[in-house]
Amino acid sequence: MRRRFFTHMPDPLLLTLLLMVLAYGLVVLYSAGGQVLVERQAVRIALGLFGLYFITQIRPERFEQFTPLVYAGTVFLLVAVFFFGVTIKGAQRWLDLGISIQPSELCKISLPMMVAWIFRHAALPPRFKHLFAAAMVIGLCTGLIYKQPDLGTSILVAASGLFVIFLAGISWKFIFGAGLLTALSLPVLWQFLHDYQKQRVLMFLNPEADPLNHGWNIIQSKIAIGSGGFWGKGWTAGSQTQLDFLPEHSTDFILSVLSEEFGFIGVLALFLLYFLIIMRCFYIAQQAKNTYNRLLCGALTLIFFVYITINAGMISGVLPVVGVPLPLVSYGGTSVLTLLASFGIITSVHSHKKLIQQ
Amino acid sequence: MMGRELKQPFKERRIFTERIVVAVGLVTLIFLLLLSRYFYLQVIKHDAYTLQAEQNRIKYSRIRPTRGLIFDRNGSLLAENITTYRLVVTPEKTKDLMTKLQSMRSIIGVDDEQVAQLEEQLKFNPVFKPLVIKAKLSEVEVAQFAVQQHRYPGFKMEPYLNRKYLYPIEFSHLLGYVGRISQAEYNRQDPEVYAADDYFGKSGIEKYYEHTLHGTPGSLVTEINAQGKQLSQTIHTPPSNGQNLTLTIDLSLQLAAYQAFGEETGAAIAVNPQSGEILAMVSKPGYDTNQFINGISQSNFNLLANSADKPLFDRSIKGGYEPGSTIKPYIALAGLYHRLITPQTTMVSNGYYQLPKQERRYHDWKQGGHGQVDVVESLAESVNVFFYDLAYRLGIDKIHDFLAPFKFGHLTGIDIAGEKRGILPSRAWKRANRDMIWFPGETVITGIGQGYFVITPVQMAQAVSVLASKGQITPLHLVQHEVTSNTLPFAISDAHWDTVHQGMTNVVNAINGTARSIRSEDYLIAGKSGTSQVFGKSEEDIYKKDEELPKHLRNHALFIAFAPAENPQIAVVVVAEHGASGTRAAAPIARQIIDAFMQKNRQEGTS
Repeated sequence: MRRRFFTHMPDPLLLTLLLMVLAYGLVVLYSAGGQVLVERQAVRIALGLFGLYFITQIRPERFEQFTPLVYAGTVFLLVAVFFFGVTIKGAQRWLDLGISIQPSELCKISLPMMVAWIFRHAALPPRFKHLFAAAMVIGLCTGLIYKQPDLGTSILVAASGLFVIFLAGISWKFIFGAGLLTALSLPVLWQFLHDYQKQRVLMFLNPEADPLNHGWNIIQSKIAIGSGGFWGKGWTAGSQTQLDFLPEHSTDFILSVLSEEFGFIGVLALFLLYFLIIMRCFYIAQQAKNTYNRLLCGALTLIFFVYITINAGMISGVLPVVGVPLPLVSYGGTSVLTLLASFGIITSVHSHKKLIQQ
Repeated sequence: MMGRELKQPFKERRIFTERIVVAVGLVTLIFLLLLSRYFYLQVIKHDAYTLQAEQNRIKYSRIRPTRGLIFDRNGSLLAENITTYRLVVTPEKTKDLMTKLQSMRSIIGVDDEQVAQLEEQLKFNPVFKPLVIKAKLSEVEVAQFAVQQHRYPGFKMEPYLNRKYLYPIEFSHLLGYVGRISQAEYNRQDPEVYAADDYFGKSGIEKYYEHTLHGTPGSLVTEINAQGKQLSQTIHTPPSNGQNLTLTIDLSLQLAAYQAFGEETGAAIAVNPQSGEILAMVSKPGYDTNQFINGISQSNFNLLANSADKPLFDRSIKGGYEPGSTIKPYIALAGLYHRLITPQTTMVSNGYYQLPKQERRYHDWKQGGHGQVDVVESLAESVNVFFYDLAYRLGIDKIHDFLAPFKFGHLTGIDIAGEKRGILPSRAWKRANRDMIWFPGETVITGIGQGYFVITPVQMAQAVSVLASKGQITPLHLVQHEVTSNTLPFAISDAHWDTVHQGMTNVVNAINGTARSIRSEDYLIAGKSGTSQVFGKSEEDIYKKDEELPKHLRNHALFIAFAPAENPQIAVVVVAEHGASGTRAAAPIARQIIDAFMQKNRQEGTS
């Protein structure tokens, strides 16, 4: 019986696709940041893959069982940030517990878990009682992160919870009604933004107005992408990247590097890999054996997709700059570890479904 | 009550599948939109962006403005900027940063505390942002690192201007010091003017005149070719450097004043009573401000912060003292102005004073009293009984209203950061702060400068300069600029000024003057000593000699003076902490400062 624990192989198709994107990312990172960064990132990826394999071995019932505890822990850490957090650039986001952790990142997994847990025994589509509970759970996390202040992450975290509600089958009337209400209240919300946040939105609307300061990054990024052309300038041959015109090119702007050096064809290849990963995950979600598993897998996949969209939109100048890394490719430990952990949950759902069916 | 609704697994799976289909549709649509955006940039607009990339040869960088220098009144340099090197590292350009750092310790002096600090900073420092390993490298370190540089890729030495104080100890509180701008300070500044690693005035003149000294940055345009080779470098906008400051301080007098203290601690201020210019302003002990510029180590800071004689405390503008008997000339003036006494009025001092129908005795400092005395003699011998009686007859309201325009208990507005307000006692103050009514006995001791008074040396200096200039209120200042003087809100006749000046002249020059020991043969000094109580004494302790007490329990010694008495050129305030009596500890220091000033004046007059 003990041996059973390590017998679940993560879904080979999904794993292969993930490894391809990770490898592709390291190749681009070498050009953007050099060998040192590649070595460091490789260590984190190895750690993340080990985590993914480990999580795959856990039965999804265990996640379900421990969901309220995980959620309560996350909220506790978010509150702790207020009292013991480290302030960086005016915002308190980090908690120093030997290693530095950013509790808002944990939310991106624990919040969809909690909302899925609320719906796990509900008759779907959900009624008011469950929707109200879900709204409270989402509001608590989002509010705490907004107060740090971190508007970008709070919106993403809220989205991860809302996706669960969407997948649970909430009526279209409700969705369109809420959308309309949000659109109407945008002018009011504007008043609550911090100056630097307003600045970012204004800069997004007209980057050329301030080319030397805040608009600089986006202009340089667009030049990098555009000058890459269809076939690209070739690996380590992008002038925008190599001559340091491109800002933060190993982290948030790494897709600009890829676009410059591998061209449209390189972007197409990356997007295709991403698309296949998402499709495979949707399939796993659809095949899952119960509501909790379905909702959780579906929501995690959608949030992965949202990251890609925001980053790719931001660096090409169609979305405001919100500091979201490109999933599985940008340099940095927190992002890749959280993402591989959430893929671990998805592969766990997949592996255990099969076993039960046999 | 409805029971739990039945779950319908098949219906639910159908709903979910329906939603997944919608999601797949959305994902596909958005991917296509993104791809079309990239197609637009990379294929349709490719030529335009290629052109831009080729023209993209211009980089802007910031030119740091040079901080203004600080000079004394004669043009002697007090604070300057020295070109120094610092060692920085760009984390993404080096492997095994911490190991490299350890191996580097043989050539660059970095202690364990600094290494731990760097490790902490490294956690939050973006990998592409250079981090300062050590500021202010010594010449030996620069030479040794230059030889070994090839072993440390990613590390480099960077020239920068380091602030340096030429007389850090004597000017520590006056000039203050600069340090790296803190996050909180940076957030309040214009990001166009300040960079995150700029200097920022942390105290003293450096803080008060921060925006004058700092200047505004310029920008540098660097042109490079497509291979990244630098073609040209031109200044786009030149920086406008910080303005230099010329102080009213006289360097030689400042040094003389600091030295005059010997082993004593305290504060001294010398001013020109006609112009309001501060010639010397000392708080002793000082400390080495140069060690704060690049961040002082925690252990050195603790050493200063926990030192018993409080070197970090600026006594000259923050130290609060009772004025003691130095208040008597002002009380005498108030009595003359309100016509409660004339220059001829006499009274008998027999050793103590009592309020009608009260037991408590208010003592003279001399057992048995001084006999029959007028106001001039009362000042010269510091007769407490004369001033107990006068203060009682004036009443606290008149005393408060008379002293306030001299700036006692008010901010003088001196141009340095951190001045404290102090307390000038009044009925209103006591009601607001002690929630009690004013007692007549408190008026009595106010007459000899005791009670609730908390007065700073700079307030005493402002007051004595008003006294010396016969009613001109000229704002005291440290950086040369035009000031407008005012007159007291009440007109005091010349005869009354002369009476008080005579009394103060007799303090130093009359046969029974309390400070006769500092008399000068060459010019007349007018002065008044005082004692600021460190703690209240019981009645039997009144006559106990201060020398019998341990040093930290001894009273503070005060002395105010101006000279020459007939045409004052300098006014001086000295506070010698725990110096016991004003005459013994503070007066000789004042004499040395005045001597240094008169000597220099005479030399300049003859040459």
